[in-house]
Amino acid sequence: MATEKTIRGTIEKISGPLVVAKGMFGASMFDVVRIGDIGLVGEIIELKGDTASIQAYEETSGLMPGEPVVSTGEPLSVELGPGLMEQFYDGVQRPLNLIEDVAKSHFISRGIDVPAIDRKTKWQFTPKVKEGDFVAEGDVLGTVQETVLVEHRVMVPVGTSGKVTKIKEGSFTVEETIAVLEKDGEKKNIAMLQRWPVRKARPVAKRLPPVIPLTTGQRVVDAFFPIAMGGTACVPGPFGSGKTVIQHQLAKWAEAEIVVYVGCGERGNEMTDVLLEFPELEDPRSGQPLMKRTVLIANTSNMPVAAREASIYTAITMAEYYRDMGYSVALMADSTSRWAEALREMSGRLEEMPGEEGYPAYLGTRLASFYERAGRAVVLGNHGREGSVTAIGAVSPPGGDLSEPVSQNTLRVTKVFWGLDANLAYQRHFPAINWLLSYSLYTEKLDEFWDTKFDDEWSSLRIEGMTLLEEEDKLREIVRLVGIDALSKEERMVLETAKSLREDFLHQNAFHEVDTYASMEKQFKMLKTIISFHTLGMEALKKGASMNEVFKLPVRESIARMRYLEEKDIGRIDELEETIRKEINGVIPVGGESDAA
Amino acid sequence: MLPKEYGTISELSGPLLMVEKTQNVRYDELVEIELASGERRRGRVLEITSDKALVQVFEGTDGIDIKSTKLLFLGKVLTLPVSKDMLGRVFNGRGEPIDDGAPILAEKKLDINGMPMNPFSRDFPSEFIQTGISTIDGMNPMVRGQKLPIFSGSGLPHNRMAAQIARQATVISGHEDFAVVFAAMGITFEEASFFMEDFRKTGAIQRTVMFVNLADDPAIERITTPRIALTAAEYLAFEHDMHVVVILTDLTNYCEALREISAARKEVPGRRGYPGYLYTDLATMYERAGRLKGKSGSITQIPILTMPEDDKTHPIPDLTGYITEGQIILSRTLHRKGIYPPVDVMPSLSRLKDKGIGKGKTREDHADLMNQLFAAYARGKEAKELAVILGEGALTDEDKAFAKFADLFEDQYVRQGEYQNRTFEETLELGWNLLTIIPVKELKRVRDAYIEKYLAPRLKNGERAETVPGKV
Repeated sequence: MATEKTIRGTIEKISGPLVVAKGMFGASMFDVVRIGDIGLVGEIIELKGDTASIQAYEETSGLMPGEPVVSTGEPLSVELGPGLMEQFYDGVQRPLNLIEDVAKSHFISRGIDVPAIDRKTKWQFTPKVKEGDFVAEGDVLGTVQETVLVEHRVMVPVGTSGKVTKIKEGSFTVEETIAVLEKDGEKKNIAMLQRWPVRKARPVAKRLPPVIPLTTGQRVVDAFFPIAMGGTACVPGPFGSGKTVIQHQLAKWAEAEIVVYVGCGERGNEMTDVLLEFPELEDPRSGQPLMKRTVLIANTSNMPVAAREASIYTAITMAEYYRDMGYSVALMADSTSRWAEALREMSGRLEEMPGEEGYPAYLGTRLASFYERAGRAVVLGNHGREGSVTAIGAVSPPGGDLSEPVSQNTLRVTKVFWGLDANLAYQRHFPAINWLLSYSLYTEKLDEFWDTKFDDEWSSLRIEGMTLLEEEDKLREIVRLVGIDALSKEERMVLETAKSLREDFLHQNAFHEVDTYASMEKQFKMLKTIISFHTLGMEALKKGASMNEVFKLPVRESIARMRYLEEKDIGRIDELEETIRKEINGVIPVGGESDAA
Repeated sequence: MLPKEYGTISELSGPLLMVEKTQNVRYDELVEIELASGERRRGRVLEITSDKALVQVFEGTDGIDIKSTKLLFLGKVLTLPVSKDMLGRVFNGRGEPIDDGAPILAEKKLDINGMPMNPFSRDFPSEFIQTGISTIDGMNPMVRGQKLPIFSGSGLPHNRMAAQIARQATVISGHEDFAVVFAAMGITFEEASFFMEDFRKTGAIQRTVMFVNLADDPAIERITTPRIALTAAEYLAFEHDMHVVVILTDLTNYCEALREISAARKEVPGRRGYPGYLYTDLATMYERAGRLKGKSGSITQIPILTMPEDDKTHPIPDLTGYITEGQIILSRTLHRKGIYPPVDVMPSLSRLKDKGIGKGKTREDHADLMNQLFAAYARGKEAKELAVILGEGALTDEDKAFAKFADLFEDQYVRQGEYQNRTFEETLELGWNLLTIIPVKELKRVRDAYIEKYLAPRLKNGERAETVPGKV
């Protein structure tokens, strides 16, 4: 800790969340300071001689020049250890429920100091090493069952190694010593609680390419624009296009073992919604409440703007910590635009030279270094554990115009782009991911995975589906110009199938109890059925069947309702194939091929 | 310690003034300014350095001189004296009574900036509010504690619609201690008196608190008006358990005042000259809507803004849309067709709709019916566009049905009288009646059970057969 004398300065200037202090010589960039007599938390973001510019994480109203500023000598850090799961934090890792207790109010007052991780709870610690073992950083010393879904692996802190001279078993608080390590004759007590500076990425042993899919149960995502474990994705869209619903859906159904969800400068009610809903929702794999594997961070739009800037880093540090245990972690940030706006606001107050649209020139670098902290890796420590952090950021471009700086800088670093379309949203086509705009750079890699592990037809079905959708777009243009009658029978069939793909496959109702989630198997069967109808329908048309008869076959209604079949009944989709064949044969005229004009 | 008086103004610029040689001044402190004429104004500290303070004058700086004006720092932030007696009263934009009534005996004095609600302490809005307007109740249901703005344009009847909502809003369940807080920012005398008249005529004035900053009142005062109104609303909602609907009009004027201050401070502008913190600033108001755990009161906000050039991507509607829980958009086209209320159903949205409707709240079929009406109306409009280019003949039979649906939907469902208060059941029935126009197999957004229960009885026998075969 601060062994040298503490650095104490005095306030020189206050302007909104920016406080300038004199007499700060010796303080470092990004040190956390306590501002004024009430001790607001802040962080140094600029140093000039002995003057420090500080962003305050709390409302500065009532501060006065001349009040003290004291440096803690430490960068902004988060506490890591058992007790993170199921928590609901603000942007600088203060549990919001404790804030309510301390403030004795439904409103957040200032200067509240509460521990991020409860100091009193005792956790049952089971050692995984013996006395006399040599351990290095990242090695698992033992485990704690944090929630029914999460086994918390207590690791040797980064930068520490040595011989285990003592290891305990039993119930401990996070601050009690659970092991003693000895190196070069020096003993070091290890407790479960660790700290890590949020702006510094936690190290890994080796980074791996993202080649394993992270399924999400969302058809348009998994089938057409998949994301890989350890990948990065962005969801830009104008307001009302369903960004938040998509983020919630991914947080609910993504196959990640841990979910970290940051509400960054967004609506208070939305976070409350997550908070109330997640404990009720069941994880489709374990049957346990989703909250048991979730950490929530909320810095709503009306909470201090500087803490919003920090919230993204707080979140990704926690995500990395669980990755280091060997878990696949999904991080959802809603919305990175609000984070960028916080940067812009601070930059403006610092009177920096602005870049595009008033955003600071370093916006791109900051965004890139954030997304770069995602990834799949062999983590530090024994057993070659693999973990991943998948980062999914929502972007809120003003007016839905993607040419603005935050969208553009995000698109440069993320690999998956789910472009939301206001027109689709108006038609209540949700998720409003535009299939012609969006892309995923993981598609080919993941096709390999599905083709080998699942069904070798997968990639060809996906490609055929996409081709039909693209063709539809061209045909619709023609229809718009010269009318539907200008199309051939085959082209009409393409339109019909594309419509079925859109309405029966891509459209997914997040609020329908069954439709909200579709397993890969169900998605595969559904896509296969739609494509089969297309192939058989085309053949029938060639053999002279009438267009109207094919389009009006009763089986099409069953196709439209496949999505509402529960997972246990999806076998019934296979039976449709037979029905399609039968009904289509029924409309092919006898001796068909001859009059196939 | 007695507050010290300063006569050391060094600079005046727009609504701001700079005072020198200050000591012990706090950030955000309230300032009293005494002009040479003896007139008193108020202001607030925007920025301080060790010996200078930048003060924003609420009433504007005209008439202030550098030589003889005196300043007094009051050592506290701007507060609003509140009391239940505020109901039925009219105040100016600074919170002083202007209706010749007695001064308010304060039960409490509250900081007008409020404090952010702890998201942990919020209760999720889920009680359906019946506004009696089909396009809201049926298509974009509003719930208590929601913030749902009306995006309008100059010349559209947003004020009539807001007054209709204020008049008709009720909940189907729960207690009925209801209040309206009305904040006018820079609207004309005519518009303000329309609301006052309407509230008086219908008796709503008894449960209304009005804060009025007119177009010729100081622009800078508008920065405080909505905050004062919300402070009063918070007091009524969370200390007197009332259901408060806050109508804020017109946010565009508010944002312009904010831009004025930002420009005077020579800040780096964001889009269209509005300050970079416009989003955060708006959020500190909009986020004051909501419900709290363990409290039966609620604050529902209906901010009204006129979109410059009907442009939804203009920063004010754009940033508002990102904060509020949906938006009701008015359409000039519908208005021209003479349809009131001219709600443009397609781009309008209530984000909390799913929480307030369904079994036990409204009716089980509400959500499905709503989705189906949206989809059908969208398709109908598309078909109509097609018909414009290619002629009716180019449409398929289905498209023709959808086009007919879209017309009737606008004429019967969207259109209603200004004093016509439809119950939600009436609205739902109307929706099902309209759906009979469309072939059943096209109704993909509705569960079979509801088609059987609600639609089938309305159909002639011949049409029914279509729903039966081919069920999975």
